[in-house]
Amino acid sequence: MSQNIIELVNLTKRYGSLTAVDHLNLGIQKGEIFGLLGPNGAGKSTSILMMLGLTEPTSGSVKVCGIDSTKEPLEVKKRVGYLPDNLGFYENWSGVDNLLYIARLNRIPETEGKRRAEELLEKVGLGDVKEKKTGKYSRGMRQRLGLADVLIKNPQIIILDEPTLGIDPSGVREFLELIVQLSKQEGLTVLLSSHHLHQVQQVCDRVGIFVEGKLLAEGNIHTLSQKLFRGEAFAVEIGVETKQDTAKKINKKRNFPEELETIFQKIEGINTVQYQDGMFHLGCSLDITSTVARAVMQEGFALTHLSKKEYGLDDIYHRYFKGGKL
Amino acid sequence: MSKLNETVRLLREIPATLKLTTWIDQLKRKIVPGNNKSVPHPFWVIVDKEVSDHVRSWRFIVLLFLILLTCFGSLYTSLSSIGETVKANEPNDMFFFLKLFTLSDGTLPPFHVFIGFLGPLLGISLGFDAINSEQTHGTLSRIMAQPIHRDYLINAKFIGALTVISILFFTLGFLVMGLGLIIIGIPPTAEEFLRIISFIVLSIFYVAFWLNLAILLSIRFRQAATSALTAIGVWLFFTIFYQLIVNMVAKAMMPAQPLNPQAAAQYQEFVINLFRIVPSQLFSDATTTLLMPSVRSLGPLTMEQVYGAIPSPLPFSQSLLLVWPQVTGLIAATVVCFALSYYLFMKQEIRS
Repeated sequence: MSQNIIELVNLTKRYGSLTAVDHLNLGIQKGEIFGLLGPNGAGKSTSILMMLGLTEPTSGSVKVCGIDSTKEPLEVKKRVGYLPDNLGFYENWSGVDNLLYIARLNRIPETEGKRRAEELLEKVGLGDVKEKKTGKYSRGMRQRLGLADVLIKNPQIIILDEPTLGIDPSGVREFLELIVQLSKQEGLTVLLSSHHLHQVQQVCDRVGIFVEGKLLAEGNIHTLSQKLFRGEAFAVEIGVETKQDTAKKINKKRNFPEELETIFQKIEGINTVQYQDGMFHLGCSLDITSTVARAVMQEGFALTHLSKKEYGLDDIYHRYFKGGKL
Repeated sequence: MSKLNETVRLLREIPATLKLTTWIDQLKRKIVPGNNKSVPHPFWVIVDKEVSDHVRSWRFIVLLFLILLTCFGSLYTSLSSIGETVKANEPNDMFFFLKLFTLSDGTLPPFHVFIGFLGPLLGISLGFDAINSEQTHGTLSRIMAQPIHRDYLINAKFIGALTVISILFFTLGFLVMGLGLIIIGIPPTAEEFLRIISFIVLSIFYVAFWLNLAILLSIRFRQAATSALTAIGVWLFFTIFYQLIVNMVAKAMMPAQPLNPQAAAQYQEFVINLFRIVPSQLFSDATTTLLMPSVRSLGPLTMEQVYGAIPSPLPFSQSLLLVWPQVTGLIAATVVCFALSYYLFMKQEIRS
């Protein structure tokens, strides 16, 4: 626990009667990519602002790189790069000028600042538009410029607030790959907040689910799904038809769901069986797709549909927001 | 050409010039950011950025053009009528040079009145979107995430705009003085020079007040248009409607016995004080006193006070003493506005 680079203890922030962040405890280790997940207004941005010392917590403590953000925000801000959610640039300045301004504010000497700015613009793929005014940049380009902007001060940690907002799907993938690649290259710790599950799922080592100011669960996707879907880590969907030429079995057709259900229930590993709209939904603790398929064929049914899925973050998310709390 | 180069080289080797050039280099390194190894303080980086943004913005260029135009217009009218006044035997005659700033043939108002009119506009235009434009463009949170103190931004906004205004006014003042010097051929006396400098400083304070008011509104209102309109509204209220209201109040409060001299004086004093709440009144009071040495008092004078007085202009120190309350009032208003905006900005949530 001691090598946690970000350490939040009992962090609370109240705005009047509204509690934006409620006794948040969170530790993030050096070098990992952590995803902060939650719907809008869950308190993600507020927590991030408190980590940077831009908002004072009502109670609790924040330590970033071992420094108290509330007491020494400047020292923290030297080490942390922050990409705000509604990111903006000075629009009548070129990309490289925008970066240089930030470099100067960080007291990076002019020549080194220039060198770094050029280097980073190449890295994020904006090398050929660096002299263009940022007002003419597309959304994806601005986001990439934002990443360069965050990296120019050579941070140890980068905090990205909704970095994928408003970019098209292929752009999102590229952008996230860029983040992963850069963070691995420079050994950065990345904290990523988002309400887009799939995107976060792709890149994060660990995620935390955040609702109404509380951290409901944290861990990697696998442990989370095991925790949440005890014994139902896999789901199999099967569509079945009776063969028409076997007239003998005509009365079986009427009750074939029941028949199959009893068969399924005998198979080891299947925990729940549901029949709905001509499809069986099986919740299993093991990957038993092939066993199920064989059983169906042996009984003389025709298999029309078979799909297997592992529960992803999406389902975890839905389960939280539909079914309430665990 | 080679000869010239040779001379320049020789000149450079003289110890005195060598000293001078190294001194200039040092100064440059201090002032110009990012020169060689020295790294400027972030505060001056922001000020630098503010100044360059102002100077390059269209609104500043338009206003500069307007002010230059009025400046030359009033200079022209004062020069064309200066010949007629020179013969009259007035105490102000001793201050011939000051006439450049105050004289008018009636077609155009004189220079100081113009500054009183356009100054607020300049201050408002430099300040009305100081903070809210950063907020709506999303640059505020990006800048705040850098290792700088929060008040750097608002202080730098103020200092940056003030620098631009100061340079502009000093340039204008010296331009008018220089042109006047060339055209009328009479140099200003030391006292006249001091009066003009203090007039320029006063104008800067006056514009600084409006600048601060605009910055305050830019923190209070999220939309730049709202804050600009509010600032212009305040300005219009003070220049047009306030006079009307004060006149109405004055009429209502007219003393019952107008012949009682003490009541009349008190009443007069009260009305003048009402007018003096407005910064533009303070400014015009102060400038007239500074630029017209014959002005002896800004309030009503009783017969006893005037009796026996020699109709001569006041010396500079006395004029300065006379306007001291006005100057203090202006500075106080500026400081109050700045303190309020500082407080609001420090309390404001960064997130938008």
